[in-house]
Amino acid sequence: MVEATSNTLHPGRPAPQRRSWLAGREATIPWITTPLLLAILVAIWHSYVRVSGISPFILPGPGAVLSDWIDLIQSPRAWFHAGMTVYATLVGFFWAALIGVVLGVLIARIRWLELTLNPFIVATQVIPKVALVPLFVVWFGFGITSKVIVAGVLAFFPILTNTVLGVKSIDEGHRDVMTALNASRWQIFRRLELPSALPYILTGFEVGIVLAIIGAVVGEYLGGNQGLGHLLIQSMNGFETSQMFAVLIQMSLIGFAFYFSIGLLKRLLIPWHATGGA
Amino acid sequence: MLSDRVAAPPVIALRAIEKWYGTRDRPVHALSATDLDVGAGELLVLLGPSGCGKTTLLRMIGGLIAPTSGDLSIVGRSLWSRGERQSDALADLGMVFQDANLFPWLSIEDNISLPLELKGMSAAARRTKAHDLMKLVGIAGFEKRWPRELSGGMRQRAAIARALSYDPKILLMDEPFGALDAMTRDAMNLELQRLFLTTEKSIVLVTHSIAEAVFLADRIVLLSPRPGRIDRIVTVPFARPRTLELQATAEFQAIVLGLRQRLTEIS
Repeated sequence: MVEATSNTLHPGRPAPQRRSWLAGREATIPWITTPLLLAILVAIWHSYVRVSGISPFILPGPGAVLSDWIDLIQSPRAWFHAGMTVYATLVGFFWAALIGVVLGVLIARIRWLELTLNPFIVATQVIPKVALVPLFVVWFGFGITSKVIVAGVLAFFPILTNTVLGVKSIDEGHRDVMTALNASRWQIFRRLELPSALPYILTGFEVGIVLAIIGAVVGEYLGGNQGLGHLLIQSMNGFETSQMFAVLIQMSLIGFAFYFSIGLLKRLLIPWHATGGA
Repeated sequence: MLSDRVAAPPVIALRAIEKWYGTRDRPVHALSATDLDVGAGELLVLLGPSGCGKTTLLRMIGGLIAPTSGDLSIVGRSLWSRGERQSDALADLGMVFQDANLFPWLSIEDNISLPLELKGMSAAARRTKAHDLMKLVGIAGFEKRWPRELSGGMRQRAAIARALSYDPKILLMDEPFGALDAMTRDAMNLELQRLFLTTEKSIVLVTHSIAEAVFLADRIVLLSPRPGRIDRIVTVPFARPRTLELQATAEFQAIVLGLRQRLTEIS
């Protein structure tokens, strides 16, 4: 405001240069700061383990963890476990996405369906779903099915609620355009409602995929002998703490990969939106 | 209220069109029984204070809300029949809103040709048509841009192009330049006049700017509120093309002043 005033008083004088040092560098900064911060944290971790002399059963040093992680990625057995976790996550997420989006669109469009289902949706939201895992194990056994179902159940609700929100947030002015153009119900759905709700749905996917991993891992904790969750429990039982860390790193990397895949999907599907595109 | 200036059959004919809003216990009389004709090639402006039912009237003509009673015909075809919209009458109507209402996920070109896509025109034909329309409204070269990359005035030009895409006889405009700054608004008024003179459409435009109404209109329908009704119809005599300098003349100012006084009395 101050600059604008001085400009009108002295139209010939250029506005004082007060460009932030951040300007134009915002994209590159994380590429420097993230590895730097990570290195500092690892250094602190390393020196703490050295100086305090803490038992490696409680906190192993970064070097031990790294060597265990390298062992892990060279072991076919560990890849099999990782594969099982990925499989349970993806299959669970797929069903959650399919049912969540279809049901979400229906709920948002059909008022009586919303009124009928809403109490149940709220109830199932409130129930701590992880507490249901033992029940799923009883019902579906120790195999992969119970993991898929836990992953799906956890991923389902953010996808459902975001879809409902997305379809309900459609701009009235946009609807007027379609109504004035005499668009059919299918055309309104295909050309307006779906693209308009897509950023919301993809945000639901982003949350959902992360919850699906959590679901799969928690499912593996409680039953069966497959998956990274099982491997983690096995390492814990064997007091192999550095291997636990290695498994955790592996889980995190899978989580990142999924999260960024959804990010990529956003770039492809909604380049026009602020959360998509470059 | 029939004007004797209109010799050819009217493109829009309203007979005892009435609108009530709300519930049985608390009805709101938005528009009392109204008769109005819009002539072929006429630019009619609906002017009035807020709550006078001018937007309600325009949305009824545009097929967006059903009148409570009365007859409304578009180029001889009845638009509403027992509260049901008759879609064949819509082909002659193009609508432009206060917000451009472009779909943010479509390029400017695809936004403009959206009506043609809904009607099943081939992609190649749509592209040609969109390009011609963009030249007509003065935004050629922005085919592949997203709507958010355009200024407000350019977005509104695109919205006008979209409404013109299927070549309707009538253009309905609901405060189309109300969200624009004063300078852009002047430019858009000149632009609209140019389009009106080149395309020979009939235009019904809603505004609450008196100067804009006098600058654009062949006739101004002044509406008064509670309940909405036609207060008077003012014929604007100036020849076209009109220039912005016209607004400084005494004759122009006299009409503006007369309307302003009447508006103060009725609002």
